[in-house]
Amino acid sequence: MNAVVTASGLSKRYKNALALDNVSFQIPSGRIVGLIGPNGAGKTTALKAILGLTDFQGQLSVLGLDPRNQRDRLMEQVCFIADVAVLPRWIRVREAIDFVAHIHPRFNRAKCEAFLARTKLTPNQRVKQMSKGMIVQLHLALVMAIDAKLLVLDEPTLGLDILYRKQFYQSLLEDYFDEDKTIIVTTHQVEEIEHILTDLMFIRDGKIVLNTDMEAMGERFAEVLVNADMAANARQLKPLDERQVFGKSIFLFDGVDQAQLKALGEIRRPSVSDLFVATMKGTYA
Amino acid sequence: MNTLYWLVKREFWEHRGGFIWAPVITGIVFLLLNVMGIITGEVLGFHHGINVGGMNHQDIASAIASLDAHQTEKVGQALDLAMLSSSFLISVVFAFVVFFYCLGALYDDRRDRSMLFWKSLPISDSSTVLSKVIAAVLIAPIIVVICGVLTGIAMLLLFTITLSFHGVSMWTLLALAHPFQVVGFLIGSIPVYLLWALPTVGWLMLCSAWAKSKPFLWAVVIPVALGVMVSWFNLLGSADLKSGWYWSHIAGRVLLSVFPGGWLHDTAARQLGENPDNIGHLAELSSSYAALAMPDIWIGAVAGVAMLAGAIWFRRWRDDS
Repeated sequence: MNAVVTASGLSKRYKNALALDNVSFQIPSGRIVGLIGPNGAGKTTALKAILGLTDFQGQLSVLGLDPRNQRDRLMEQVCFIADVAVLPRWIRVREAIDFVAHIHPRFNRAKCEAFLARTKLTPNQRVKQMSKGMIVQLHLALVMAIDAKLLVLDEPTLGLDILYRKQFYQSLLEDYFDEDKTIIVTTHQVEEIEHILTDLMFIRDGKIVLNTDMEAMGERFAEVLVNADMAANARQLKPLDERQVFGKSIFLFDGVDQAQLKALGEIRRPSVSDLFVATMKGTYA
Repeated sequence: MNTLYWLVKREFWEHRGGFIWAPVITGIVFLLLNVMGIITGEVLGFHHGINVGGMNHQDIASAIASLDAHQTEKVGQALDLAMLSSSFLISVVFAFVVFFYCLGALYDDRRDRSMLFWKSLPISDSSTVLSKVIAAVLIAPIIVVICGVLTGIAMLLLFTITLSFHGVSMWTLLALAHPFQVVGFLIGSIPVYLLWALPTVGWLMLCSAWAKSKPFLWAVVIPVALGVMVSWFNLLGSADLKSGWYWSHIAGRVLLSVFPGGWLHDTAARQLGENPDNIGHLAELSSSYAALAMPDIWIGAVAGVAMLAGAIWFRRWRDDS
C-alpha cells in the first residue's frame, strides 16, 4: 500500500512554543484518519504543514510531492475545508460553482449541482445570507465534486447543529469516500466520527502519543466493569484510568491479556472519547 | 490563461461597486450637474437678457463663422478639454477606488479567513497577485476610459445642442472638436498609466500582503515617517539628503501614482509653463508618451515589480490563519 502522507522528523516552532516536536507518521491511502488532541496540541499546525500553508523542519511528502515548493501541483489532488466560516461572504452560489469549475481540473459540475439540489440553496444566494449550516453545505458540495486523493477537514462541523453534523459525515461516507481516497479529520466531537474512522491519531504537546487503526485499538485497549471486591486486583494490573459508576469501577487497560481481564469482570471496547480523556489526563494541569 | 481570466473575473464579482458602478455613477452625476448648469444659464439668460459676451443669437453664430483658423483651433481645443473634463472627474474617483482596492486586495481575505478557501484551490500565489494587478491597472482603467468617453461625447452633444438653439450649427462645432483624438489619447494613456501606477500598486499590495492589521496605516506611516526623518536631517544641514526630492520621487510615487496623469507633470506641464498656449496640446498622445523617455517612469515600474514579488512571497508564506 502506498502512503499518501509520509512525515519524518517533522518539527515546527512558533515564537514561544513548539507546535510539532519531531513527529513521524505515515498515512496509507483509503483511510479515514481522526487526528485528535486537546486545544493547542499541534493538530492544525500538522494539517497546515501537509497543506503547504506553513513552513517546517523535517521531511514531509504528500502524494509524493513536497508541500513547500510543489504546492500548486499538490492542490490539484488535495482538498480542504478549514472550518465553516471561510467561504468569502460576497460570493453567490452560482459564482462559486462557476469559479471552481473553471479553476479546478478535477471538478465535476453535475455532481456538485446534484448535491446542491438536495439543499435549500438557490443559485443567486450570497454566502452572507446563509446560515452556518448552509455555508457548510455549499462548501461540501464544492469539495465533494472534486475528485481529490486527499481531503483534509479541520473542525469542519464547528458550531453546526446536530442535523447538519450528521448529514455532513453521512454525505462524506455515502457519496464521497472510496478506497482511492483518504480523509484526515480533526474535531472535538469525537463521538460523532468514532464510527466512521479507520485510524486514530492522538496528538499532545506536539507529539503523537497514539497512532493505531481502530481494529488494533480494540485489541490493545479494553474497558472492564469490575465489582468493588475485585477492584484492588484490577489496580495491580496498572490501569490507565479508573472511574466509578453505580458502585462498580470501570478500568481502562492498555495491552493487558484479555483472559486475565475476563477474570475481573465484563469486558467492553472503550469509546474513543474515554480513551482520549484517559490518555490526555493532566494536559491542562 | 483561463485561470487568470477567471481570477480577474472574480475580482470584478467582488468589487463590482468600485470598478463598474463608481465610474458609471460619477459620469451620470457629472452630466446631471452640466445639465443643471446649462438650464441655469438658459433661465438666467432668458430672464435677464444676459448673453454670452453681450451678443445675441445671430452674433454668436456670426462670431463663430468669422473666426480665423487660429481661433477655430482654440475653440476646438476648448471643446476637447470639455470632453476630457468628464474623464478627469471619473479618474479621480477611480484613483481612490484603486488605492483602497490595492490596500485590501491581499489583506481582506486574510482577515476574514476566506484566503483559506482560495488557497484550497490549485491557484499559484503569483497568478492571484497578477490577477489583482491586472484588474487594478488594466481592466479597471479600460472601464474608466469607456465611461469617460461616453460621458465626454454626451457632454459634447449637450453643449452643441444647446448652442444650436442659439443658431450655431451643431455640425460646425462638432467639426471643430477632435473627439477621435481625445479618445485615442485616453486609450493610448492606459499603458503609460499601467507603468506609472506600478510603484504605488506594488507598495500598497506589499503592505496588504504583509500587515497583520491596519494596512492603510502602515502604507502611509512608513513613507511619511521616513520623509519627516529626511526633512529633519535636511534641517540639521545634511546636504546629501534632499527632502524635496524624497517627497516627490519616493513618497509621492509609492502613494499617489494611482492618480492618472501624474506623468504629465514632467512633460506637458513643463511645456505649459513655457507657453500657456500649449494647453490644447495636453490632450495629445505625444505628451503622454514623452514621459516614457524619462528614466523616472521605468525605475518606478521596476521598483513596483520588485515590491509585487515581495507581495507574492508574503502571500505564500505569511502564516497567520
